[in-house]
Parts: sequence; structure tokens; C-alpha cells
Amino acid sequence: MGAVSATKPRTRLSNSTLLFIIAGIIFVLMYGFALISYPGSFMQFQTFFDLFNFNAALFIVTLGLCVVMIGGGIDISVGAVCGLVTMACAMLLELGSGNIWGALFLALGIGLAFGLMHGFLIAYLEIQPFIVTLGGMFLAQGLLTTLHREPLNVTLPAFVALRNFTIEIPWLGTVNRLGIFIPCEIKPGVIVVVVLVALYAALMKWSRFGRNVYAVGGDRQSARMLGINVKRTTFLSYVICGFTAGISGFVFLMTTGAGNIGNGSLFEMKAIASNVMGGILLNGGVGNLLGAPIGTMTLLTINELIRAAGVQSNLQAIVSGLLLYLFIVLQSIVMSLRGSGKFRLALPSWLKSHQVQDK
Amino acid sequence: MLKPKTRFSNLSNLFLPLSVLAILIIINLIKGADYFRITVVNGAFYGNIPNILFGASELVILSVGMTLVTAASRGQDISIGESGAISSAIFVQYVLRSGNVTLWTILVGFLISCVAGIVIGAFNGTLVSFFNVQPMVATLILFLGGRSIAFIIDGKVSPILANEISNRIGTVIPGVPIQTPIILTAVFIVLVAMVLKATNLRLYVEAVGINPSAARLNGINPKRVIFLTFLIMGVCSAIAGFIAVNKAGRHDSVNLLKFIMMDAILAVALGGNSLGGGRFGITGSILGAYTIEMLNRTLLRLEVNPEAIKVFKAVFIIVLMIVASPVVRAFVTQALDKAKSIIAGSPLRQTGGTADATGRKGE
Repeated sequence: MGAVSATKPRTRLSNSTLLFIIAGIIFVLMYGFALISYPGSFMQFQTFFDLFNFNAALFIVTLGLCVVMIGGGIDISVGAVCGLVTMACAMLLELGSGNIWGALFLALGIGLAFGLMHGFLIAYLEIQPFIVTLGGMFLAQGLLTTLHREPLNVTLPAFVALRNFTIEIPWLGTVNRLGIFIPCEIKPGVIVVVVLVALYAALMKWSRFGRNVYAVGGDRQSARMLGINVKRTTFLSYVICGFTAGISGFVFLMTTGAGNIGNGSLFEMKAIASNVMGGILLNGGVGNLLGAPIGTMTLLTINELIRAAGVQSNLQAIVSGLLLYLFIVLQSIVMSLRGSGKFRLALPSWLKSHQVQDK
Repeated sequence: MLKPKTRFSNLSNLFLPLSVLAILIIINLIKGADYFRITVVNGAFYGNIPNILFGASELVILSVGMTLVTAASRGQDISIGESGAISSAIFVQYVLRSGNVTLWTILVGFLISCVAGIVIGAFNGTLVSFFNVQPMVATLILFLGGRSIAFIIDGKVSPILANEISNRIGTVIPGVPIQTPIILTAVFIVLVAMVLKATNLRLYVEAVGINPSAARLNGINPKRVIFLTFLIMGVCSAIAGFIAVNKAGRHDSVNLLKFIMMDAILAVALGGNSLGGGRFGITGSILGAYTIEMLNRTLLRLEVNPEAIKVFKAVFIIVLMIVASPVVRAFVTQALDKAKSIIAGSPLRQTGGTADATGRKGE
């Protein structure tokens, strides 16, 4: 990291890109460390894919929250909305004569409804986002417990088929002890993640809306002076976040196949931590959307590492907190060194063309 | 010249929690006219009002600290429950290991737990003030890891705090008609009021919260002020943890003060304080904390299905925030002004109306 060069790069790296590069380096280092320490498990491709298979919902929630955080807001209701969606969809599939499409529409509808409510209250009535989404979180949690208290397993055959559906990658895999080749498997949720990452990254990078979000997150007043419709941009960012939380709820149900009160609990905190690790600041205006999945991967790798090390379950939380601490401090030091002009990242020339995205 | 104006804005800040309190009292009175009845059991007061004061004691103390942190650092501390759990775990361990429990033991244990609270506050405060991390992110670390630390200090699942003095601190001292947590909270509030009156803390915190760079140019070190507010927050959470653990009689590291930061932040917002920092009113936050406790108990009293309590609470919060939102307020004042000018028809009154509107907007 101490790459300090005397020569000035021609175009200055934007904060977003710098933080994104740091996040990427940290992830690579982290995964490399995991590979070296536990080659038995981490060398398998399946371990890498399992990060996505089992945590697809978290990836999606993080993406939605990322848009809001770049816009300078916060949404702490995402985890509760995700949980509510799983339970509502499970009930529809189980109790009513619902089908998968109906459940999907219900999921998107619930997410959209929460997004619209948050967006309207925050953007047009100018209420503090934390309080509004806190209310939304209480509402979603309350509705979740009102709907059904016990875990609810979905037994609809069509849905079970969807849950158990996996895509095999024939050319990747491992040979087990018996000498049988086991191909890698990915779940449909992973495809949703990949599609959404591509879609949102494109949206934030190339669309007018994306640039408006960066402008509003950086400085609302200047954004207004530039003629950006600040209220509509804020509104849309929350709508997108709610909608994404709805999708994540459905993906969560697709992964676990059961509605449960504990579903999606603490997702909001995990998502905030992931975003921070991915170089997206809570202040807004800074961050690359691709940092969100990278931050989530870093967080999950840390958890996997701790689990592989066989640390006592209580120490796990402390160690992951400590790593988060180190990461935050590192980020802060780099940013402050950069602010005082002592820090220049020496980039190879082929990376320099990538600095389209301005703060 | 300035004094009347500040008083006026303070009053309008208190308008929200007070009106909510009034609404809640009316709802309770409709439910049953004996709402204010206080009975004396074993020489101590019991009833709805003492119960609210008793139940809200930790929340009040935490919301005072949260107000200061919010005002100075423009962010919230979400690790207060965890910090309270850790410091009270240390207190419990000290008391349990020192065989014979006297008042002196409890006091020393309390002071040690306060020191632990200060250390935790210093940890968060260093991150926020010197490393420029947003408060929510900085305190997220302890939020994620804090309960595990408390569990490790406990060593086993929920050690029991069974001694005479703790029991008295948690419930009531014989001969004193008021429950002890209420007295402790009152003492705390008086102390905070005295500190704010006697020192420049309020001025410094508000200056830093409104504009850190301007405060620095005026000779206030914003980093030090923010750090100080986090230290105060640490002490507040230690006191709250002390009261909570004495109330419960055992230290449950998983559930002690769980998710109380949400209520504390809500109390700050209900008290008419901006969550974006700047000017603050402690009175509003305290009233807000009592309002939240009253709301919880009202919902219980109305026999709302326990599963649905959160829904009602959420709807209540959202409606409240809509009513109190700047846009709606401005709209209402405008409408009132129009109505006034139509009724009176004289320009003199109209100027009075606009002055009122600007006064409200200014706070």
C-alpha cells in the first residue's frame, strides 16, 4: 500500500476509485491468505461459489443499500423487509392457492411499497432517513410476527423444484476421495445477483439517474444549483432500495425454502459493514457500486476464515469486529493522507483510463 | 435580547413530545379513568406513572448521552446497549468475586464499570474524532462484537446478582416511597443540568455540531469536543447498564439493553432535536424517552396483541414524524396565516403571523 511516487499521475484518481481499489486489494489479500492457510477447503471452487449460493440475499440487500448510501442516506429496514417478504411469500405459497409468479409479484410489491413509503417520507416530507426507516423496520418486523410465528416450510412441489434447482458447471469441480468427479453447483440466486450487479453498476455509472445520485450524495445544495431534481433522485434511490430488498427476500426464500422470524435479521448491519468494506462511505457521494459485492465477499471470507480456524463462537464476533476495525482505520488513514496530498497511488498506465467516474 | 428567543425555540421544541404525551394520557384516560391512581404497597408508590418512570430510567439516561453525541458528531452511537452490557458485566464480576457485599463494594464496582464505559467511549470516540469515521460505522464494530465480549467476561450464562443491596437498588429501599431507579435517574438529570449550566459544554457541542470548521477557527477543538461527548456517552451507558442489571437481578449478556439504541435515537428525534447535529435540547430528549416508555405501556394496556405491538409503534412513529416534519409544519403555518389574514383583513396581523413563521423556521 505504501506506493508513494514522486511523479504526479496526470489525472487524479477519484476517491471512489481509490477506495474501490483498496477494497479489491483487501479482498484479494484476504482470499489469498485463506488459500494459503486452509488450502483444503478454500482451494475448491465450490467454496467460492458457496459464498454466493448461501448468501445471495445478503449480496442483493447490499446492492440496494449501496445506492441509498451513495445518495447520502441510510435504510435500516432492509433486513426486516427481506424477512417479511420471505414469510409473506411462504404463506402465500403454502396456505393459499398461490403459484410462484404470484409469490414473486408479492415479494416485489412488498419491497416496492416499503420503498415508496420511505422515499416519499424522506424526499418530499424531509423527515430524517434514520427515523423513517426505523419506523419501516418496526413495521416490517411487527407484520412479520403478526403473520406467522412458527417457521413455515414451503412444500409446494413447483417451489421445491425451484429451491433444489442447481446449475452444474461441468468443467469446474473437484475429485472426491472415491475418485468421483463432482462438478461445481450454483443456485439460481447467484444468477440474480450477477444480473443485478451488472444492471445496477450500469445504472450508477452511465445513466443520468446514477450521476444524479452521486451529485446529491456529495452535496445536496450544489446538486440543486446544478438543476438536479434532488427530491426525485432521493425518492427513486429509496424506491430502488426497497424494491431490491423485496427481490432479496424472494431469493432468500429460494435458498432456504422456509419463512422464519429470524430471516434477514441483522442484514442491515451486515449490509452497512459490507458497503463500508467495499469503499462506500456513509456520508454519501463516494463509492463504486462494484465495491458492494466485493465488500460482501470480504465480510463473508472473513467469517469463513474464522469458522475454518475453529475459533470459539463468541470470539468469532470479536475477531470479525476487530478486522472491521482494522479495515476502517486503514481506509481512514489512506483518505487523510490523500487529503493532505502526501499520498499518490502509482498506477500502471493501463489502469489510468478507467477514471471516468468522478465524485 | 437573545434570551426570550432561545426560550421560545426551546418551548416549540418541546411542543412535539408534550403534545404526544397529552394524546397518550387522553387515550389512557378513555381506556380507564383510574390511570393516575397510585397505590402504596409496602411503603412504596406503585401505579401507572411510577411504572413508566421506573421502566424508562435506563432509556432516559442513554438518550441524554445520545443527544450530546448526536449534536456534536452529527451521527448516532449504535453500540450503547452493548457498551452497557460490557460495563455491567464487569460490575457483576467485581461484586461476585468480592465475597462480602457492602455498599462500598457496590460503589467501587460501579466506579470500575464507569471506567470501563469511559474506555469503550474512548474507543468509539478515537475512531470518530481522530480517524474521521462516521459514528454509525465506528460503533458498528462494538455493536457486532460487544455482546460476545460481555459473554466472555461473564464466563457462563447469566450470573445471578443475589444480594440485599443490589436488590434495593433495583427495586426500592425500605422507608423510601419512591423506587430507587427513579431516584437515580432524577439525580442523574440534575447532575447533567448542573454540568450544562455551569460549563461551556453546551456552547462547544452546539458550535461543533453546527459547523466544525467554524468552531475550529473560533478556537474550539472539534475533535476534542466530539471525543468528550463519546466519553460522556460511555459513562451514561455504564450507569444505564448498572441500573438495568440491578433491576434484572442477573446479567443476561444477550438480552440486556438489547436494541435500546433504536429507542434512544427515537427519543432524541422525538425531543425535537435534529439527527444531523447542531442545537440540542436535553429536556426534549428526556421527555421523548418517557413518551416512548408510555407508548409501550399504553399499547400493553390497550391489550394489543403482543405480536402486533411493533406495527402499532411503527405506525405511531411514522404518523408522528409526518406531523412534525418541516414541510407539513410550514404548510400548516402558512395555512394558519392565510386564515388569520382572511379573518382579520388587516396588514398588521399579517406581519405578526410571518414573524411567528420565521421564528418557527429558525429553530
